[in-house]
Amino acid sequence: MQEMMVKRAVELLENGTVDRVLGWTTGEFAYDMTPAVFRSADDLKNGFVYNDFCAANLSKYLIKECVAGGKILVFLKPCDTYSFNQLIAEHRIKREMIYVIGIACEGKADIDKLKDMGIDGITGITAKDGVYTVATIYGDATVKATDAMAERCLSCKSKKHMAYDELIGEDGDVVADCGRFDMVEKLEAMTPDERYEFWRGELSRCIRCNACRNVCPACSCEKCIFDNPGSGVSQKAAVNSFEENMFHIIRAFHVAGRCTDCGECTRVCPQNIPLHLLNRKFIKDINAFWGEYQAGENPDAKPPLGRYEKGDREPGEFGGVQA
Amino acid sequence: MQDVKEFRPTIVAFCCNWCSYAGADLAGSSRLGYPADVKIIRVPCSCRVNPLFILRAFQRGADGVIMAGCHPGDCHYTSGNYFARRRMTLLFSMLDYLGIERERTRVEWISAAEGAKFAKTMNEFVATVTALGENKRLEDLRCKK
Repeated sequence: MQEMMVKRAVELLENGTVDRVLGWTTGEFAYDMTPAVFRSADDLKNGFVYNDFCAANLSKYLIKECVAGGKILVFLKPCDTYSFNQLIAEHRIKREMIYVIGIACEGKADIDKLKDMGIDGITGITAKDGVYTVATIYGDATVKATDAMAERCLSCKSKKHMAYDELIGEDGDVVADCGRFDMVEKLEAMTPDERYEFWRGELSRCIRCNACRNVCPACSCEKCIFDNPGSGVSQKAAVNSFEENMFHIIRAFHVAGRCTDCGECTRVCPQNIPLHLLNRKFIKDINAFWGEYQAGENPDAKPPLGRYEKGDREPGEFGGVQA
Repeated sequence: MQDVKEFRPTIVAFCCNWCSYAGADLAGSSRLGYPADVKIIRVPCSCRVNPLFILRAFQRGADGVIMAGCHPGDCHYTSGNYFARRRMTLLFSMLDYLGIERERTRVEWISAAEGAKFAKTMNEFVATVTALGENKRLEDLRCKK
């Protein structure tokens, strides 16, 4: 896979279709694949990496690249193409400046799960027939892929690319019964007190590093409320209470109807807070209240909070008490 | 003997200028009583109510927040309350999901002619929130004076 990607990228660089390539390279650790821009064939051959740790969604990096100009080649996994479409719908990136190569994806490994299994000193990973072979400094370890896969990949909503100029690998299908709302339903079935305790336990771990905001393709405002000291929510709570919930409600609401459920927020959270459960609640509600809507599926669709029907349901039926 | 202070809630009511605020006026001039715990904030339209306003009110110590606007179809700006309705539906559902008592939030459509409905709604809402007690789940000590 990696060889095919490098080969094609070098071709496109050399025939002048693009002037740089957005891909992944090894970061601080061998499992820490970080987005990188490559400008020459040598760069690509020496630095470009694609394996089952390359989980980062590259579409957000296109915002900056589009400002810089030129023509960019980007590799997008199926879930990333939803974010890509959403950014086009919001006029944050320019389609004509980008050459998209869609790459097939069978799900990415979750480094925390591997570490929990006691696999340390990781130097690489290969996947074959649903088994990860993890190379470590102590020798190879084999793990069943589904045991070490990220939650968002286990409940993958689509293996179909929503946008691409060419494909490497086969295009898949939308997964109709992906079960991504199972945990949301479980929470909804709890009593309010149980839910409160659940979220208190999760959100009070938040250290306000803002990683979820910084990585989110939907959070692309140049001015952000969380950078405004006057907003009252720009800094870490000073006392040990449930004040961090404010940040998470606001953040989730800001992306409501625009979140494509790419799951990057949960992936980058250093405290392992299941942030996708907030976004999925909004997606589930939008589907239930105003009809099925998947952000990023169609860049021309009107967002659910930007349109209305005269017969929409009343807030009281789900929130307050209605007389 | 311990002196027990009676709990009085702080209620923030966002009222649209064209219907509900006039409804509150009518309640007053009709001499219909409603508790002084309700603090009315006049907004040009219910659509002006950013979901953040609701959260901000809670953060700063409100015990209940109510949004009142024109009846659907009667918006002074044609469609503002339709958008507001969608937003609040989503926000209140999320607050409920996080375990914040759903009785603390409410949306009511009150026209300029419905002074009696305004007074009745506020009396009911204050009674509900008083029964729930102080807002602990969304308070924010950073913002408390």
